[in-house]
Amino acid sequence: MALQQITITVNDLVEVVDVPHNMTLLQMLREKLSLTGTKNGCTAGECGACTVLMNGEPVNSCMVLAAECDGAKITTVEGLARDGKLSKVQEAIIKTGGVQCGFCTPGMLISATALLDRNPHPTEQEIRQAIVGNLCRCTGYVRIVEAIKEAAKA
Amino acid sequence: MANVKSKEQSSSPIGANLPRNDVYEKVTGIATFTDDIQFGGKLLYARVKRSPYPHALIKKVDVSKARAFPGVKAVIVGTDFPNKIGLYLKDKNILAIDRVRFIGEPVAAVAAVSNEIAMKALDLIDVEYEQLEPIFDPEYGASEKAPLIHPKLGEYSWPNFIFPKPGTNIANHFKIQKGDVEAAWPKCAHIVEKTFRIPHIQHVPIETHVAVALQDEKGKITLWASSQSPFAQRALIAESLGISPTDIRVIAPFVGGGFGSKAGVTMEAIPVALATKCKGYPVKLLLTREEEFYTNFVRQGLVIHVKVGCDKDGKLLALKNLMYWDGGGSTEYGVNVTRAGGYSSSGPYDIPNVRTDSICVYTNHPIGGAYRGFGMSELHTGLDQAMDELAEAVGIDKPTFLKMNGVKEGETLDTGMKMHANGLTQCIDNVAKAIHWDEPKTPSSPNKLRGRGIAIAWKAPAMPPNAGSSAWVELAEDGHVTVGVGGQEIGQGTFTVMAQMAAAALGVPYEHVRIAGPVDTQYSPYEWQTVASRLTWSMGNAIRAAALDARKQILDIVAEAWHEKPEDLDIVNGVVVSYKSENETSLKNIAIYGMPKENDQGWIGGPIIGRGTFMPTYVTGLDPETGQGTRSVVHYTVGCEGLDIEIDKDTGKITVLNAAASFDVGHAINPTLVKAQIEGGFVQGLSSAMFEEIKLKQGVMTNPSFVDYRIATAPDVDFPLETPYVEVPQDDGPWGARGIGEHPMVPTIAALGNAIYDATKIRLPGPPYSAEKIYLALLDKGIVE
Repeated sequence: MALQQITITVNDLVEVVDVPHNMTLLQMLREKLSLTGTKNGCTAGECGACTVLMNGEPVNSCMVLAAECDGAKITTVEGLARDGKLSKVQEAIIKTGGVQCGFCTPGMLISATALLDRNPHPTEQEIRQAIVGNLCRCTGYVRIVEAIKEAAKA
Repeated sequence: MANVKSKEQSSSPIGANLPRNDVYEKVTGIATFTDDIQFGGKLLYARVKRSPYPHALIKKVDVSKARAFPGVKAVIVGTDFPNKIGLYLKDKNILAIDRVRFIGEPVAAVAAVSNEIAMKALDLIDVEYEQLEPIFDPEYGASEKAPLIHPKLGEYSWPNFIFPKPGTNIANHFKIQKGDVEAAWPKCAHIVEKTFRIPHIQHVPIETHVAVALQDEKGKITLWASSQSPFAQRALIAESLGISPTDIRVIAPFVGGGFGSKAGVTMEAIPVALATKCKGYPVKLLLTREEEFYTNFVRQGLVIHVKVGCDKDGKLLALKNLMYWDGGGSTEYGVNVTRAGGYSSSGPYDIPNVRTDSICVYTNHPIGGAYRGFGMSELHTGLDQAMDELAEAVGIDKPTFLKMNGVKEGETLDTGMKMHANGLTQCIDNVAKAIHWDEPKTPSSPNKLRGRGIAIAWKAPAMPPNAGSSAWVELAEDGHVTVGVGGQEIGQGTFTVMAQMAAAALGVPYEHVRIAGPVDTQYSPYEWQTVASRLTWSMGNAIRAAALDARKQILDIVAEAWHEKPEDLDIVNGVVVSYKSENETSLKNIAIYGMPKENDQGWIGGPIIGRGTFMPTYVTGLDPETGQGTRSVVHYTVGCEGLDIEIDKDTGKITVLNAAASFDVGHAINPTLVKAQIEGGFVQGLSSAMFEEIKLKQGVMTNPSFVDYRIATAPDVDFPLETPYVEVPQDDGPWGARGIGEHPMVPTIAALGNAIYDATKIRLPGPPYSAEKIYLALLDKGIVE
């Protein structure tokens, strides 16, 4: 398989990576950069567990080819906390009890972060729409929605 | 002298909303799940050749071309591993041997240096089949006309509480005969008779099944798996491979959702089998989402015929249940689902005469296994909707009917067991109040129909009578505590609850307790399985015992050193104090090195390690013909759910206006976690009620993706949900606690079905209550044109 060299900024670090043409961004993050916080739940863009920020927008990283990311700026769940300080969405989801198994949590946090970046004071309906593509089987979304409301207040 | 009172803990860890002890890892992405572990360049990728037919004989399997394919390290077929495997009824092989029994059944497997090569190798495997008549209907399957799916059923092994019928497709027939149902019918003023069909559904953990196995040169096997059952997997896989259980070490990192699907043993045996053919190479099998939908456990389907009668005042007199469970091609775990559905078949109702036949039938559908509250959602879907109509026939208010007939302390259950103290009546009152049962039901617009529904439920831990737990509690140099557990953190919060219990029993701050994870069968104490909502109760009892054991050791040492009596000492906030002398010393002063005797005359004590075990010893056998015995189960958790809904006449779409779920949890060790379980379980139940069905056509699942198999999303569940719980202590539970993990999804389908009936007078034969189904029923009934 032919390799392509890309330069990509992941969580503020510039990385140079050789990627096969058919490698997804999700595979690259997990297998090449060992950033395993981003999860694989369906490999089909349907569950949202692999959501990352690409140039500020939430994307399903299983549906993006790594080769397309040359020059892109990526934020994963590992990049949300700064200098050991959790982001306000991370703090809020701990406070409300919105984490159970934790497998959807990274994608959920990214979608919530993207929402609050573009709309700092969302309505409950806007919150629910923002995470419509992030499936959670444990929580019934109750405390995740509460957490995003809480983070918007913070 | 210290002021002892200043050292008192400001509040007990029991009943406190303490933060989860796994949450920092989970919000920062550093929590390790099985697929996150790095295995280096020798990692092999496994893929599985699966049956394309629901029922066929395997005439020939030719793997020669696959074996020769560059990059392939191992190829295995069924005959390589001839021993059976399974939790209860051992009717399964790791790979099919001479016959396939459902579409997707593993027939061969490949381990290769890449996923792509493994998939190419699968295409090179030639399998010749001879198709057989398939069975897709459990009632037909149970009849004498049906062809046999397991002709050698009589040669399999099973425990003495399972009753297969060799020479038929019946894998288990559980019976209840309490009183005399036939004699009771003439005394009934009202009788309701209904049939319901509950479809197969899938657990849908967001993390699909994944397992990695490695056999070293000496033959020792390590299995890393997303698992609810590391110890059961060790035992069952070892038995099937013909090796000793301790020759397999199972390491179980965090689990990305299980809901029963990761209990027992399913796909985990395949990478182990492959690893035995390529020693020194780790072999990973990660199920695709499509494979997750139908090749592993599903929740089996059920056809339930229910007949229930009461006197003129509404007091229940008789219940007859005939249940045909669509068990699938193997029922190794499913036989106990049907047993649970049988012994709990009266639901939480006091009924003097009960006749139940709970029949587990082999079919050529996917394998039915454990699913959150197994057997109970299915049973209650039929039972509680029949009860709803009976209350209507009598003409009494539903909550009144439920409270009159709901089971109370001292009443004799369908199995002959006496019911313990419980808060069912309070749960019913809580729910009726929360959904404003007595208020007018005014629709929000003329094209809406409004209705309210309520249903009660119960469930006991469904397990062998003697499922055991064990724990250890160890103190480190800093006086902090490490707790060894064998039960698994699958999201429910058990590691947090166990730390709270250890902290409370020992007398140390919650923050000073950590759980020794991940669970590793080489170091962790034994635990049967993380199933049945049993950990808070069973593992909790073991941990409490271990912490009390450590506490006793500490107090004995300090008492000797201080020349005091242990009874006068206490441990508060990690400090040993004497109420008599007002002496005090931190645990860190004694935890490892003990305490010096006076005048340098030696030492007292040493490292502290407490141990505790728990196993219920009081569950008795039941008569095979009548299901009667002294104590069928350890205990029941009871509760109630209700919904206030509107249905759009133009679309059939349901909008939930508000909902409530109330359960008697005995004692909420961590109220936030209790409420989180109830919320999540309710929504999972509602999702199964409104959206979910494995659509099976000639054995083929036609909707194996999230696009076609919808689960509830955040906008779907935009309504207020109240979860007031009740605390009537359980006599054999730690601090009175009993389990709550599964129960919240048990009555949800029935409660919604009752709300739909209240709004429309339409009783649909089974879920999911999709907008399409409801709209067509509205048309049919002439409610819309």
